[in-house]
Amino acid sequence: MKKAENWVQVTPKGLYIEPGDFYVDPVRPVDKAVITHGHADHARPNNQAVLASPETLAIMKARYGANAGAVLEPISYGVTQRIGDVAVTYFPAGHVLGSSQILMEHGGCRIVASGDYKRRFDPTCRSFEPVPCDVFITEATFGLPVFYHPPTDDEIAKLLASLKTFPERAHLVGAYSLGKAQRVMKLLRLAGWENPIYLHGAMVSLVRLYEELGVALGPWRRVSEVKDKKELAGQVVMCPPSALDDRWSRRLPDPVTAMASGWMRIRQRARQRGAELPLIISDHADWPELLQTIDDVAAPEVWITHGREEALKHAAIAKGYKARALALVGFEEDEGANGVLLNEAV
Amino acid sequence: MIRFARLIDSLVFTPSRNGKLRLIEAYLEGTPDPERGWVMAALTGSLDIRSAKPALIKQMTLERTDPILFDWSYDYVGDLAETVALLWPSPRGINEPPPSVTDLVMGLDGAKKTEVPALIEGWLNACSPDQRYALLKLITGSLRIGISARLAKTALANWSGKGLDDIEELWHVLEPPYVPLFAWMEGRAEKPDSTACATFRPLMLAHPLEDEDIRVLDATEYRAEWKWDGIRVQLTACHGSRRIFSRTGDEIGGAFPDMRDALDFDAVLDGELLVMRHDDSGALEVAPFNDLQQRLNRKTVAAKMAKDYPAYVRLYDLLFDGSEDLRGLPFDERRKRLEGWYARVQPQRMDLSPMIAFDSWQSLGQLRDEARANGIEGLMLKRGDSHYVPGRPKGPWFKWKRDAMTLDCVMMYAQRGHGKRSSYYSDYTFGAWRPDTDGVLELVPVGKAYSGFTDEELVQLDKWIRNHVVERFGPVLQVSQELVLEVAFDAVNRSNRHKSGVAMRFPRIKRIRWDKPASEADTMDHVERLIVE
Repeated sequence: MKKAENWVQVTPKGLYIEPGDFYVDPVRPVDKAVITHGHADHARPNNQAVLASPETLAIMKARYGANAGAVLEPISYGVTQRIGDVAVTYFPAGHVLGSSQILMEHGGCRIVASGDYKRRFDPTCRSFEPVPCDVFITEATFGLPVFYHPPTDDEIAKLLASLKTFPERAHLVGAYSLGKAQRVMKLLRLAGWENPIYLHGAMVSLVRLYEELGVALGPWRRVSEVKDKKELAGQVVMCPPSALDDRWSRRLPDPVTAMASGWMRIRQRARQRGAELPLIISDHADWPELLQTIDDVAAPEVWITHGREEALKHAAIAKGYKARALALVGFEEDEGANGVLLNEAV
Repeated sequence: MIRFARLIDSLVFTPSRNGKLRLIEAYLEGTPDPERGWVMAALTGSLDIRSAKPALIKQMTLERTDPILFDWSYDYVGDLAETVALLWPSPRGINEPPPSVTDLVMGLDGAKKTEVPALIEGWLNACSPDQRYALLKLITGSLRIGISARLAKTALANWSGKGLDDIEELWHVLEPPYVPLFAWMEGRAEKPDSTACATFRPLMLAHPLEDEDIRVLDATEYRAEWKWDGIRVQLTACHGSRRIFSRTGDEIGGAFPDMRDALDFDAVLDGELLVMRHDDSGALEVAPFNDLQQRLNRKTVAAKMAKDYPAYVRLYDLLFDGSEDLRGLPFDERRKRLEGWYARVQPQRMDLSPMIAFDSWQSLGQLRDEARANGIEGLMLKRGDSHYVPGRPKGPWFKWKRDAMTLDCVMMYAQRGHGKRSSYYSDYTFGAWRPDTDGVLELVPVGKAYSGFTDEELVQLDKWIRNHVVERFGPVLQVSQELVLEVAFDAVNRSNRHKSGVAMRFPRIKRIRWDKPASEADTMDHVERLIVE
């Protein structure tokens, strides 16, 4: 078997797969990019050839238009194709619509780059499938044992309870526009919330795209179409996290600011965001899910890309795996001072 | 615990003061005695639970978790109670309700030291993470959830319709859980007696004097005295009961028995506790603050300590002469009474803080700028007609601190803050240049600061630090030696605790010198010249 470190390299442009001459989620434009999912720190514009799931390509086109890439090549789940000397197969990662793990086989060695993933129920995308491999490349966004995301239904129930308690206040939910927003909308529908959901203008195009791709999200309206903002009392309004404390939100009737993010587990983080109603809802694996996944794929070797990689490495080694932290640049490793990461999917 | 945990959680997340008041008032309304009394004691910092030290909680958690992951988690979360609340591995199948706050207080009070860990373990097992958080905050005596004692008492006043000052004073006379206080507030009983001896009377505090104030204030209405650099105390003595209170009402007499023994009279006095020493001519002078620090935070004190660092009080004010309450008199009259009392009683280990004559703000400002002696922090300005009012009313009293000294230092290390700043690199260690054995200049750390900058500057500093990391030592980042910080501080003393041999008093960031090259920052020679021996 050809050792993984002999054909995969960490470079300033990202993870380089030498026998296939391509990069996984490159941070700078390259000739051939293999993309795990549509979030902006993984799918960047201006690559030559872009391989990704059809949904991810649709998201990239919606975001980057003509700059999405010169040649876009859709890859379906479970279909193997050769890139150079590497056999590449996509599997669902359960992170957002179209998110994929990438199995790469070369010289008898199987490597899975999982991108970002979670193991929870998400009605807007396909669930994570454990893929047996020799090297499992994992994220570690919530790679500390304090990150235990409570049952998502409980968090949605918190929001619904607050809507009952404060019918005179709009409930402004900060959620990333790709993935989290649609998931929260869908979860609200499943919990029986039938009123229109009101959207900040920046959320509209991806909500539409999700619907076009077959995810029904129920009735919604743009906030800008509502003439008398008092109508928003007791309603759910969704906006990107950056708009939560923006002037935009001042027009709403005495809003309860809710924030849907895994970071809400830590009280001080929630306070920094000014969240009155922190909703611990994440599209990333929490600590128990990370550990469970490492056991599920049972790869003898675990490589950790971004997040709190040292802690996960420590825990993986304690479980008897070989573990290594890849010093990949360009992925948000922490919630920056101005909450940059909260604008990405967390 | 269920109601209390909900209260704590909602208080943490409710930003507005009014919202917080409403939450506390609603809690008071729906909670019986003695539970609410214990909770209010906790919110006001008057709950003293000695047996549950944070170190014990940490130890118990370390026995149940991976110590390395615990450390990283604690570093990340920045709060011990929250870290333990989230990490505590609750066994399945616990068929116990979470304890009430009263259960906690009574349980810990009646427990032997060896029984405490088992007690706490049982409680933690019975709680959800949110309840564990509230429980741990409570039993480690550090709620620190952005609620001041004043705010909690304001909620009591709003809820009961009684006067805030009455509540404030009774608070220090009565003991938790304040059952007679609640009875009075609910109109079920008479007002409790607050004239009891040797109780704490809330202190009157001053606002800092701003430049705008000087323009509008009439100098002739104000009296001036030095602001002494010790710790503000209240001496209360009557019928042989002698107590020394800090400005927050903590009793500190145990650390200053020499001073406490001198209270052989019936009176309540306001003054500054100082450590004195003899100068070359044998006269008494104020010792550096460092000397006083040797004696702080001790429950008891060795005889040698008391002899080497003798305590004195410099008197500012007389609140009670015998049983006569003078607080309703104007300052000028109280001062006359104080001088008369001092001449009559001739107390040991005390002197009067002298009044400073001045005719204009300008001449007073000059005096302030020239004062460089040990022990003077600046000036106090008090209106001649001001009554002694608890709290910090705006107008009657001002403090006018001496301008700080400054040095240009270079940032060397940064660490994330705690609490509200737990995602920001907000604690900075900075250094000054000194030649090493080969004569090459190297930076030696001279201090650490975590205040003085605006929120906006904090964001800039945080970004700069993240982009200039040279090395990581656990939570500490070493940054490249490029950024000059203008550091302000009140004094610099010799210290053998630091590599540089100096320690700054109250250092803070005055300006960020983005423009200044690090090579032009100050040297240790500059630092040494500012030391007051």
